[in-house]
Amino acid sequence: MRPTMRPLHALLLIALMAVAGLAAPTFAQAQLTQVPGPSSPTTKEQVPLYVPQDDKVVGRVSIPDEKLAVLVQPEGREWREWRTHTLRLAIGGLAIGMIVVLAAFFLYRGTIRIHGGKAGRLVLRFNWADRFAHWTTAVSFLTMALTGVILTFGRPLLIPLIGHQAFTPLAEYSKSIHNFVSVPFVVGLVMILALWLRDNVPEKADWIWIRTAGGLLSKAGGHHPEAGRFNAGQKMVFWSIVLGGMALAATGYLMMVPFVFTGIGGMQIIHVIHGLLAAALIAAVIGHIYIGTIGMEGAFDAMGCGEVDENWAMEHHRRWYQEQLRKGYVEGRQPAE
Amino acid sequence: MARMKFLCDSERCIECNACVTACKNEHEVPWGINRRRLVTLNDGKPGERSISMACMHCNDPPCAAVCPVDCFLQTADGVVLHSKDLCIGCGYCFYACPFGAPQYPRTTDFGSRGKMDKCTFCAGGPEPDGSVEEYQKYGANRLAEGKLPLCAEMCSTRALMAGDGAILADIYQERSVRRGYGSGAPGWSTAYGRNDRGSPFAPGGPGTGGA
Repeated sequence: MRPTMRPLHALLLIALMAVAGLAAPTFAQAQLTQVPGPSSPTTKEQVPLYVPQDDKVVGRVSIPDEKLAVLVQPEGREWREWRTHTLRLAIGGLAIGMIVVLAAFFLYRGTIRIHGGKAGRLVLRFNWADRFAHWTTAVSFLTMALTGVILTFGRPLLIPLIGHQAFTPLAEYSKSIHNFVSVPFVVGLVMILALWLRDNVPEKADWIWIRTAGGLLSKAGGHHPEAGRFNAGQKMVFWSIVLGGMALAATGYLMMVPFVFTGIGGMQIIHVIHGLLAAALIAAVIGHIYIGTIGMEGAFDAMGCGEVDENWAMEHHRRWYQEQLRKGYVEGRQPAE
Repeated sequence: MARMKFLCDSERCIECNACVTACKNEHEVPWGINRRRLVTLNDGKPGERSISMACMHCNDPPCAAVCPVDCFLQTADGVVLHSKDLCIGCGYCFYACPFGAPQYPRTTDFGSRGKMDKCTFCAGGPEPDGSVEEYQKYGANRLAEGKLPLCAEMCSTRALMAGDGAILADIYQERSVRRGYGSGAPGWSTAYGRNDRGSPFAPGGPGTGGA
């Protein structure tokens, strides 16, 4: 027998004595954190059942799914309030509010006409790459807006109409389409960023445009603040779509890989950010669609066939028009100089 | 009618995981899904407690409120069930659930997570009681056979109890008086202690058996 075994024997003896000591009731109770004492309940009514609990309780689990170590998360209540009320109010309120404002504006201003009438000469405004980028972004954005709205409002609005059995496949396809269409949306975003970033850098003239509200409210004057290829309003749409769209895509992809980068609290916050951005962008895009179609004569041609009327270009984007004229890009006009 | 509840007496739970294993076995729960789990608080420190947690079958279920396809239902016993035919696996119920009860067969498949699965209080689903479809989708329906959830039946220290909430509360309170202490029923204030807009399952309401 090796001599090193001796201390082990001594340790075992001490351990046995300790166990014997634990068996004595007084010693054992001193080891517990909760012992019967003056505060002990003497009747059943004194035993609490409902203990108020407003903080997250996190422990340890022995299963691989570590997010389940959260025992109770009362924050779910706030998220529920958000999902069932605030989100619907934000999306519906902003969209309907925007439509009301536009309807009032349309009644006041009508379609903004080309003052000098159509010249009949065309100037190329957006080439095929511009239009491809725009319509890729536009179609995928509208698809995601529609499918997102189906998932958000389907339960109160569509289930009473078409029933549970029909709504589930609709919601399921909406969810898949919403996820998959995000890919062309991001491709479109990167394209418009690359194509139009140069023309969307804020400049001094934008300040004048913003101060005069782009001449939108002056009914009779027909005076437009000078603008380059894009005026300040278009630049605002550009930056909202690019920055907002990127943030929507980032939060959306994080929700497609739930709990990979964050826990339950993070997932709830990501969902809130995604919903708020969606509400803001849907409202902004409604305004964008209005001014690009019924709001202004000649505006749709820019993204429709790519060519705009000379007089429209002169009135709305004079600096850009003069540049095109100089380069000889205006149909039927010789290059200046 | 009895209001079915779970009550886990954390002073008695010894973290043996028999409830977890019993649940998995009884319902043939697939790998990766945890209808019931054990969470240990203050692990290795004085005051360590283990609590067995699953769906608490709330009075006013947050999962049912946020579900975009309205797939949840509450039985006359207060048990919260859901229809896997309607579920689209969006994962919203997990965000809203205070207890982390909803589980999904997949985590990431371009946003598709399969049909949600959770504790059914051993009461199956909306399909006819005891049918093959019900067993395949939701596991055994012990309640229809007059039996209580197996996790609680299996518990060797009687820490986890399932059944009529009024009786559970009485047992727990009597126990606490005898041993001299009790820190409350974990999750009860969150699951049953909130005003839930006139539901029969509101605290003390007719559906709760008065507990």
